[in-house]
Amino acid sequence: MSKLYTDLGKLIAHLDIPNGSRISFHHHLRNGDYVLNAVMAELAKQGKRDLTINASAFFDCHEPLIELIEKGVVSGLECNYMSAKLGAAIGLGILEKPVIFRTHGGRPKAILDAVTPIDFAFIAAPTADYQGNLSGKYGPSACGSLGYAFPDARAAKTVIALSDNLIDEALADYSIPGCEVDYVVSLEQIGNPQGIVSGTTQVTRDPIGLLMAQLAVKTIQASGLLKDGFSFQTGAGGASLASAKYLHELMLEQGIKGSFGLGGITSYLVKMLEDGCFETLYDVQCFDLAAVESIRNNPQHREVSAMHYAAPSKQGALVDHLDLVILGATEIDRNFNVNVHTNSQGQIMGGSGGHSDTAAGAKLAMIIAPLIRARMPLILPEIQCVSTPGESIDCVVTQYGIAVNPARSELKARLEDAGLPLKSISELEQIATKISGRPQIQKASGRVIAEILYRDGSRLSEIRQKA
Amino acid sequence: MKLRSLLFLPGNSPGMLLNGTVLEADALILDLEDAVAPEQKDAARKLLVEAMRSLDFGERKVVIRINACDTEFWEADLEALVPLRPFAIMPPKVSSADYLQPLLERLDELENRHQIPLGSIQLIPLLETAAGVASAREIALSSARNLALFLGAEDYTADIGASRTQGGAEIFLARSQIVLAAKSAGIGAIDTPFTDAQDLAGLKADAELAKSLGFTAKASISPHHLAGIHEVFSPKSEEISYALEVLECLDRGIKAGQGAVSLRGKMIDKPIELRALRTLSMASDLGLLDAGQSKFFDEYQNEQLRS
Repeated sequence: MSKLYTDLGKLIAHLDIPNGSRISFHHHLRNGDYVLNAVMAELAKQGKRDLTINASAFFDCHEPLIELIEKGVVSGLECNYMSAKLGAAIGLGILEKPVIFRTHGGRPKAILDAVTPIDFAFIAAPTADYQGNLSGKYGPSACGSLGYAFPDARAAKTVIALSDNLIDEALADYSIPGCEVDYVVSLEQIGNPQGIVSGTTQVTRDPIGLLMAQLAVKTIQASGLLKDGFSFQTGAGGASLASAKYLHELMLEQGIKGSFGLGGITSYLVKMLEDGCFETLYDVQCFDLAAVESIRNNPQHREVSAMHYAAPSKQGALVDHLDLVILGATEIDRNFNVNVHTNSQGQIMGGSGGHSDTAAGAKLAMIIAPLIRARMPLILPEIQCVSTPGESIDCVVTQYGIAVNPARSELKARLEDAGLPLKSISELEQIATKISGRPQIQKASGRVIAEILYRDGSRLSEIRQKA
Repeated sequence: MKLRSLLFLPGNSPGMLLNGTVLEADALILDLEDAVAPEQKDAARKLLVEAMRSLDFGERKVVIRINACDTEFWEADLEALVPLRPFAIMPPKVSSADYLQPLLERLDELENRHQIPLGSIQLIPLLETAAGVASAREIALSSARNLALFLGAEDYTADIGASRTQGGAEIFLARSQIVLAAKSAGIGAIDTPFTDAQDLAGLKADAELAKSLGFTAKASISPHHLAGIHEVFSPKSEEISYALEVLECLDRGIKAGQGAVSLRGKMIDKPIELRALRTLSMASDLGLLDAGQSKFFDEYQNEQLRS
């Protein structure tokens, strides 16, 4: 029986998706994704209601969801990350049920454990063949890795692939095997390439970002972890990328051969692989064109599933083998608890992603962030919500100095010996307060609009609506 | 004194002034002149007063570039900022020794009024006109407050009708004239900023050229240039080693009662000793000497003072 459909509407009619179904999407097409909106528009057109969407992330391009929530088509949202436009609407209370936030590792675990079962998984596939073998590496909408779609393909009751590059020959280099895919639909375009990956990712030119990156690399050097076999993950933010650049130079200078780079992959990690700084890149998501090209051509650049990347399990995930992760933060409290879900006003504009997974797994979990951002201090007595528990954060690097978690006395001693500018978290808080004053934070006291679940599924925190 | 780099920060930008508390410049030039539009002068002046009161610039020396003495703003600049005891005042467009006189009188008066030790606030005259460069020596000798002369090449080349080039042939004479004037007055010479923020190789070559001509420091309009400037204007390890060898050799000669000593076949005369002393003094200020080297250098200097 053929799996192929050329009309999304006809397929959805054929599927006869019941009201109240739980449907899923991945976010590899990022802010260029057309698939989620196209599927949801068709479901709305066919009169479906009360649907729960479980997406690995929602971006600003998914703004049409706001109207569908208001019309009752969508009644539940689950994700690992949510951009500001949808976040602002959630803050206005448009959704009755709280948004469920998981982590990049917690989501696959919850799906595979049927804690959050998926009835219909809609998988955007930059290339698909007639058997339903899928790849993100090829085609006009190539995004590289499809890591976050693996749990959906494996565990959903029905799996529908949507592709704008349906090929006649059998796809040899597939990511998701056709045996997990029930239907393949041909679409004219699954995404806007400009929004899917950046042409290039740029190291910051901000002198303060560069200063923090230099301090971060001195911290890594002093930690004793930078030696042969070193493993590393960093984000695509300006200061994080600058840290990767300096680390790259240092590893080359000292002839250090690392084992693997992990996570969302940028051109900087690709260059480190090509220069022999790592033996392997484990890629759950590509951030730029250089990463897409590398995963397509370099066998040492491996695609990994979200489960393998970060899901807590007795066998362990890749994050459990990390030496170092460099992370960002919106707010931090005196106990090193980190908020990356909301801005300082409590409005949803992010999510954990792999933040708490990597912080839990890595030997050194380092936050790098400016002490004051847009007149708001980074360190506060109380933060809007907890995305990552402070017990898994080892140090905070700012332009005014480094605060080491008091539970990490060995790390503190090493940094002291290296003559690095150490401050207590309270001292950093005082420096920031002296400059910016103490902001009068209006803690939200309305109903719960989002629940933040830790990677093991336990409830970590909540976000409330502003009164 | 540790003064290799001076970083310009616009006096009307709170964020950039804040950056000044962490950037690794030896001195910050908080600018009330070119960076600030006429209608923003009052606001910028107030901002600088608050910044100097509330921000901790640490060991960074704070220099205020006031408005030119032929404008309506400079006296208000001094009135507001002298009480906060900046390390130095930088008057722009200094064209002659006479040009500085009203400023010097006003500084004396303000120091008296605010019970600041007379003459403690230093001056870095900015020479950026043909007349200023031509009068460099009389300007350098005009006041004991003068810490250094500073060449402003952009305005200077506009004034002489030349185009600025990366090679800098058009400012060669001005550079040498300012070094000559400054050194003959026993003060420092600060080179003009390199204007391409992203060209770090060009910056380094320009700084090397300035150092080779005798400049003691270089100003910068970009924080990205600070590391390159510091690298060029800090003594290199081989320079430190050679300077130590020179002094050790002289020390042995003195103890042996020798009138003249030589190192590697070359006579060590007074200029070589002075250069070695300058190198080690700078190295000491930058913390580049180990404990043994510091001890020897201190003892050598003490011995010189005694004799």
